[in-house]
Amino acid sequence: MSNEAVVDEAGRPIAMVEGLPGVVSDWSSDQRAFKRVPWGKAMMWIFLLSDTFIFSIFLTSYMTVRMTTTVPWPNTSEVFALTVFGEHIPLILIAIMTFILISSSGTMAMAVKFGYEKKRKITTYLILATALFGASFVGMQVFEWSKLIFEEGVRPWGNPMGSAQFGAAFFMITGFHGFHVSVGVVLLLIVARKVWTGDLENMRPGFFTGRKGGYEIVEIVGLYWHFVDLVWVFIFAFFYLW
Amino acid sequence: MSEATAEVQEHPIAIYFWVWGLLFVLSAMSYMVDYMQFQGYLRWSLILLFMFLKAGFIIAFFMHMRYERLALACAILIPTGCLLVLIGLMSFEANHTYDTRGAYLDAGPGIMVVQESEKPH
Repeated sequence: MSNEAVVDEAGRPIAMVEGLPGVVSDWSSDQRAFKRVPWGKAMMWIFLLSDTFIFSIFLTSYMTVRMTTTVPWPNTSEVFALTVFGEHIPLILIAIMTFILISSSGTMAMAVKFGYEKKRKITTYLILATALFGASFVGMQVFEWSKLIFEEGVRPWGNPMGSAQFGAAFFMITGFHGFHVSVGVVLLLIVARKVWTGDLENMRPGFFTGRKGGYEIVEIVGLYWHFVDLVWVFIFAFFYLW
Repeated sequence: MSEATAEVQEHPIAIYFWVWGLLFVLSAMSYMVDYMQFQGYLRWSLILLFMFLKAGFIIAFFMHMRYERLALACAILIPTGCLLVLIGLMSFEANHTYDTRGAYLDAGPGIMVVQESEKPH
């Protein structure tokens, strides 16, 4: 884990430099550039960087179609409004989804902490709570999609409210995000099982890759989960609020 | 350096509750921007401000970037900046497309006056 001493081939500790000279020294060093990070965590970060580019391309193309259309863009505040108990509230479902995803990030961050402390029970519960939040998020998204498709008549090629590009941007961006959440829920359930059965504590090989992993696995799946939350922050701002 | 590494294992749980609460407050505030129907530059700057604050807190604390070595933070965060070039180029292009559509496609509300220099030769 992260605070073991970094050693060279002969087992001698390597002097760690801080600040910008540290960046130069890490990147030019022998064997590994990302020190004090398990390889899986570095790889997850690099995957997330590539995923950032994918989502950014979606959001940028959304920006482009929205800037180029001469037809007014549908008012998202109204499109995503719900009438709850006779009360007309704009964007309410999206707000609830936002709070749910943030809460799932909170429980995930704590699961990582308790994982490193080897508290198996509470770690499992927190991961399961995260998965439950995630699943309810996807459920609300299904509700949102079906309302838009069946009641409002939104299609990828047009809609009654305004610019034809609205549907394409909406289904592509939220669909890809929802897919990420769904994959995340599956990953969380797998990791929760590994924590519960003690696979991580005893470094038992995984069923899929056969690699041994400790509690850094919880942090790695946590990184993915926080990233899903992070993407939602941008979707919420650019697609729903703009 | 040792203090930074010791922190990785032992974060007090309070910090997560604080960040959690802060994210709730920031989300509520960005929702209020819509609810109160702020418009124009006020709306956009508030949305962007809350968005970047939320993103920053998630990356720094939940994703532990604050506790990582600078070499990793640079490798992940600096390439993201390239996206600004993409966004900049696409918005230039989009403005041009919008102007052209306004001038040639329809005479709707989006019509623009085509400047002499922008006319096709």
